[in-house]
Amino acid sequence: MALELELVSPFDIAKDFVLSVQEYTLLSLQSLGNFFRRPLYMADMLQQADLIGFGSLPIVVLTGLSVGALLALNSASTLQRFGGITLIGQLVSIGMVTELGPLITGLMVAGRNASGMASELGSMIVTEQIDAMRALGTDPSKKLVTPRVGATAFMLFFLTIIADLLGLAGGWAVAHFLFGLDTNQYWTSAWQILVFRDVFTGLIKPVLFGFIIATIGCYYGMSTRGGTQGVGRSTTQAVVASSVLILVTDFFVTKLIFAVLGVR
Amino acid sequence: MSAPTLPLDQPAPKPGEPSGFAIGFENVCIAFDEKVVLDGVSFRLPHGETKALFGIAGSGKSILLKLAMGLLRPDSGRIWMLGEEVTRMSEEELFALRRRVGIVFQESALFDSLKVWENVAFRLVEEHVPDNEIESRVREVLRFVELERTYDMLPSELSGGMRRRVAIARAIITQPEVLLYDSPTAGLDPVTSNTIVELIMKQRDVYKTSALMVTHRLQDAFTMATHEFDRKSNQMATIPKGQRCEVPLSFLILRDGKVIFDGDAHELATSRDEYIREYIS
Repeated sequence: MALELELVSPFDIAKDFVLSVQEYTLLSLQSLGNFFRRPLYMADMLQQADLIGFGSLPIVVLTGLSVGALLALNSASTLQRFGGITLIGQLVSIGMVTELGPLITGLMVAGRNASGMASELGSMIVTEQIDAMRALGTDPSKKLVTPRVGATAFMLFFLTIIADLLGLAGGWAVAHFLFGLDTNQYWTSAWQILVFRDVFTGLIKPVLFGFIIATIGCYYGMSTRGGTQGVGRSTTQAVVASSVLILVTDFFVTKLIFAVLGVR
Repeated sequence: MSAPTLPLDQPAPKPGEPSGFAIGFENVCIAFDEKVVLDGVSFRLPHGETKALFGIAGSGKSILLKLAMGLLRPDSGRIWMLGEEVTRMSEEELFALRRRVGIVFQESALFDSLKVWENVAFRLVEEHVPDNEIESRVREVLRFVELERTYDMLPSELSGGMRRRVAIARAIITQPEVLLYDSPTAGLDPVTSNTIVELIMKQRDVYKTSALMVTHRLQDAFTMATHEFDRKSNQMATIPKGQRCEVPLSFLILRDGKVIFDGDAHELATSRDEYIREYIS
């Protein structure tokens, strides 16, 4: 079978990109606006919170522990060379709370839930279930998008706290059992190094990441075209786009907080 | 061509006009990319009448139903539904109008993660109807489509015909003023098709609901033209030949995006248009 390649003009690609950004922005704004419009689907929001929050707990626990332990393990040898092994608690604490905790949790939840949302809503699109919902007089944006956005932002906040804590615990396990650091010394230094700016940075990020994960997942799901193949494409695109956007947002949020609250 | 003239000489129904038509299309055009699907479609559906829509695959029949519901916007032209101009309404305003209309999609479009009763009760739950009333109304409407035993089942556990009947139950639970059926008997065996035609007839004759029915099966429409629902025997009965003109059923045929026929069964049967004659033969 001959493979036919169709050349698309750069102008059309740019136009499609701008249109996608516009549609994504509208969906995001609408999902936020729906919090102030009736009906607010609280039962759906709780169900999503359960699916996203408790469902993601095992991977968040495992990655939190592993990242904390790896951070301690990789930095310990360098610190030991300069006689600064006692600083390991500070290093793990700052690293986990300000950066790695929110980032790793965000990426894990993006992989698990942005794909889930895109495939679920995408399947509903191709089987006309979204049209049926609109025909039954229900706004899919209120019923499907807003509960997912609210639940992801809310649950990612708490999942990140859990990941931070377990990261610190993983770091302690390495520092204590492999390098013989005193438990009290580790936890005191880890606690004392943290200032308001660190905690604020570490807790504002998951809310933004949660918003990105849910809106990107829902956007790709709701814009699915082309049957089951289209659902697969949307799922992949949702994971890639949300992961990239999380990394980019992370950089700019950190830069903004540095600019506003000052560098440590 | 001998297709009867369209009733366009009648004034268009004004928004809010109670005596207006159930559905009105005026010069509606829609195209996707370069392909023109509907090109100047105009027709009226009077209250209480069922209009059967015919046309070859891809002639825009399903698009026409979605346009009537405001699920799609036409490129030009005007559409009225129950006295409201759909083409001028915002999505938010359309949600309120759609609650007065029921639609049965071609592939049923049941919510696959919800049980049968949850699918049927969807609108009632949205309207915060008390739980006990929801249960009784769902059971009543499932009894109407003879599927009460599927109450707790998932759509994936049902056959194609059963899913179609559940979709009908979901559409009629709030007793809408207009019903839109998208190929309700497509791909079904003759017995199941007959059951569904009987349900549509029951809705027409018992509840006097206006309806637009897209179909490929001419025999379904002719059954509806020659039968009526008998409440006493709870099944359809043949109408004597002399009384068939009283049946509130009309036919509309689409070809190349245009309406080529809009009239009753008698006019269709006596049409001299070659395409129509070939279509009905």
